[in-house]
Amino acid sequence: MAKFLRPESFSAATEDLSLLPFNFERTGANQYLVANMVGDFVHLSEEELNRLVDLQVRPGDGLYEKAYAAHLVTGANQKAQRQLLAARLRSRMSFLQHTTPLHIFVVTLRCEHSCPYCQVSRQSTDRSRFDMSEQTAMRALDVAFGSPMARIKIEFQGGEPLLNFPLIKKIVAAAKQRPGKKLDFVIASNLALLDDAVLEFCKDNNVLLSTSLDGPSDLHNKNRPRPSANSHELAVAGIKRARETLGPDRVGALMTTTEASLERVDEIIGEYLRLGLDGIFLRPLSPFGFAVKTKQYAKYDAQKWLAFYERGLRRILEINRQGTPFREFYAALLLTRMLSDRPIGYVDLRSPAGAGLGALVYNYDGSVFASDEGRMLAETGDDTFRLGHVEHDSYSSLILSDKLIGAISSSLTQCAPECSTCVFESHCGADPVYHHATQGDALGIKPLSAFCARQKGIMGLLLDILERSPEDAAILRRWAAA
Amino acid sequence: MTLPLYGTASQSAGFFSDKPRSVLRLRSVDSAAERLAADFAIVRTPDDIRRAIEADWPSVLVISDSSIDLPGTFNGRLAVVPPKYDYLADGDVIGFDHASRKFRTLFRRNSAHNSFLVTERCNNYCLMCSQPPKNVDDRWLLGEIKESLPLIDPAIRALTFTGGETLSDWEDFIAVLKECRDRLPATAVQVLTNGRAFADSRIVDAWKDIGHPNLMAGIPVYASIDYVHDHVVQARGAFDETILGILKLKDRGQRVEIRVVLHALTAPIIEDTGRWIARNLPFVDHVALMGLENTGFAIANDAMLWMDPVDYSSGLARAVDHLSAAGVNVSVYNLPRCILPKSVWPHALQSISDWKNGFVEECDRCDAKTSCSGFFTTGRPRFSRGIQAITAG
Repeated sequence: MAKFLRPESFSAATEDLSLLPFNFERTGANQYLVANMVGDFVHLSEEELNRLVDLQVRPGDGLYEKAYAAHLVTGANQKAQRQLLAARLRSRMSFLQHTTPLHIFVVTLRCEHSCPYCQVSRQSTDRSRFDMSEQTAMRALDVAFGSPMARIKIEFQGGEPLLNFPLIKKIVAAAKQRPGKKLDFVIASNLALLDDAVLEFCKDNNVLLSTSLDGPSDLHNKNRPRPSANSHELAVAGIKRARETLGPDRVGALMTTTEASLERVDEIIGEYLRLGLDGIFLRPLSPFGFAVKTKQYAKYDAQKWLAFYERGLRRILEINRQGTPFREFYAALLLTRMLSDRPIGYVDLRSPAGAGLGALVYNYDGSVFASDEGRMLAETGDDTFRLGHVEHDSYSSLILSDKLIGAISSSLTQCAPECSTCVFESHCGADPVYHHATQGDALGIKPLSAFCARQKGIMGLLLDILERSPEDAAILRRWAAA
Repeated sequence: MTLPLYGTASQSAGFFSDKPRSVLRLRSVDSAAERLAADFAIVRTPDDIRRAIEADWPSVLVISDSSIDLPGTFNGRLAVVPPKYDYLADGDVIGFDHASRKFRTLFRRNSAHNSFLVTERCNNYCLMCSQPPKNVDDRWLLGEIKESLPLIDPAIRALTFTGGETLSDWEDFIAVLKECRDRLPATAVQVLTNGRAFADSRIVDAWKDIGHPNLMAGIPVYASIDYVHDHVVQARGAFDETILGILKLKDRGQRVEIRVVLHALTAPIIEDTGRWIARNLPFVDHVALMGLENTGFAIANDAMLWMDPVDYSSGLARAVDHLSAAGVNVSVYNLPRCILPKSVWPHALQSISDWKNGFVEECDRCDAKTSCSGFFTTGRPRFSRGIQAITAG
């Protein structure tokens, strides 16, 4: 029998080691959070970080093992770790292969609600001016069918899209007539006008419903006024009917946080639970439309919102611990990115940005926008993200327009100041429309950005729970796996 | 108990071939199946012999310890093996060396655990190797496998190729796998390899070109850190080649199983290894976390390798959790239920090959025996202090 060799015989010499790319951030006195190229996190002390950077690490010293397993250091002649990182990065970024899967049709800007936080600046009058025409709708379909995806989602928005239900029916019928694509349909509605005809149509055409539910009745009705002050009653009734007729997974609800919501997160979550919904998306207000004009947006800052979010998330974890599965959808999305390499092309949190590449918006008047927020800006006089018009443009002229390429290329987190070295970069995204709206610049100065503060705040919170609270961490890992 | 798979015939006659060895397939005396030149009637009693002669069998394998009287008119091939090989049955295949009369059971049709030894050569030298490598010219083994494949029942569900390093003569071995594709397309074919050969794109391309519908490479990964793995397999650079090989196989859509043998060098870090696989290689098709078979080098290195499984079972459970949470199909092999946390039970399989599987006295009182892996009977079995019958009370 040949002699067996000891572990030292297999150690690389220091001069054969090589650093791999990583980002880091100080998290406390002497403590650093370090992320490798694909966003796996490890904690290092300042002394460890310095030794690593100087390659003063040796097999057996504990730091070598930590750094090697985390792909911070490799053998200069080794290939496997670089290939692993390449494969994982390729998987994470493969959402880019799916160009413009979402097409939003603003079939009308009219609405029978008068929400002060309305981000789209709804109109209450003049059917002829604010409804999309059939001709415009058909041209918009031409553009949507020009995208390279084999499967696209058509989402109807408003205003209140059910105020122009006849056009929705025409678009769905015409889209299904056209060959070449698999189709999904969504109507984003307040459900106040939901009736049997609409439900039957949704059932026959496999249409999903997405609605707004801000919490308990008084809060919801305060946020979302309508003439009979019964928005909540109608939304709840609509959700129940839709669940019965279409199935429990065919209707979703979204909430928007106003100043009045800040102290009431438990009640808001309770309302979602009461309705049998399987989760909630705790969403901040965006700086667009009436939300800015009526100063709703300015009423709370990122820190107040984060406190609201953390209270909500901890309440949701408590609900799960007590045996009821219930998710916070934004956390689930971030956790999927933090704990796996599945490609997540979520329009509002990706780099290259989702503007145009993730979604196109066809406004009621035929203008085409790079995002929903882009058309919101246009309603208040800013045409920065208006890419063209369905009458004069094709899918490729819109996607290859200088405006879109400019907005996307100037906002890449991979090379933006502050972002490119941020420890959370792998899991974050570019939001050129938000930064244009708040700072007049698609890139923006990130230390001044509430978007940045919210992302870092939530990811830091999630990491903290993953590391310190085993029972809650198990719940969070389940969210990431689904 | 351990089934004897090797032996020596007490008597043989009629093997006048220019080859030093023959592959024989065993048939019932009364078998109506088409007879091939390799087919031998199994006979156990004088009555069997009479019927074999009547049925005009030209080749006979006798399982008996008494001397055999064959009619003088019989001038076919004859081999006589002792009664302890009584398990041999219709459809089984054995390899027989003419001069020494030594034989090896190559295939048992009624077993779920058939494996062919491809070679004893290996470019790893694992500290716990159950089949210690030998640097000998054993290419005749591949020839014997080629001869066996046409004799194997194509309905067999699973077949394993093991070594040594199965890809030592990769071109010849891949030709054998192409035979499997043509002859055994419905069989799950598993190849145990250290995966290092797949770092070479020529070899991984040739593997892909086999095109067997159900072919899996089973590849060991012992740690997430290069020198820890290299130490276990006693080969510098092995970790890099093995991981690269796995990536190249998956890049070409090939099926891969990762196999982690648990002992004192790998078990204390199994949670880290499991988490690392979950994070970096979640696209592999299966991960097997395997208790140690205490035989071969594992006996020589017992002082370095033995770790009572109860002392690593909680880390093992966490590794299983990490892998499951990442959607990885994970199994635990070779470890009895009584020393595993309950969360691991759904993953614990009866993995030990039937011919070397056994239980201890304590197991007679245990309710979980029928679903338990039991123990290896080979080598020098070591038993956990945690073995205890699981009872309803």
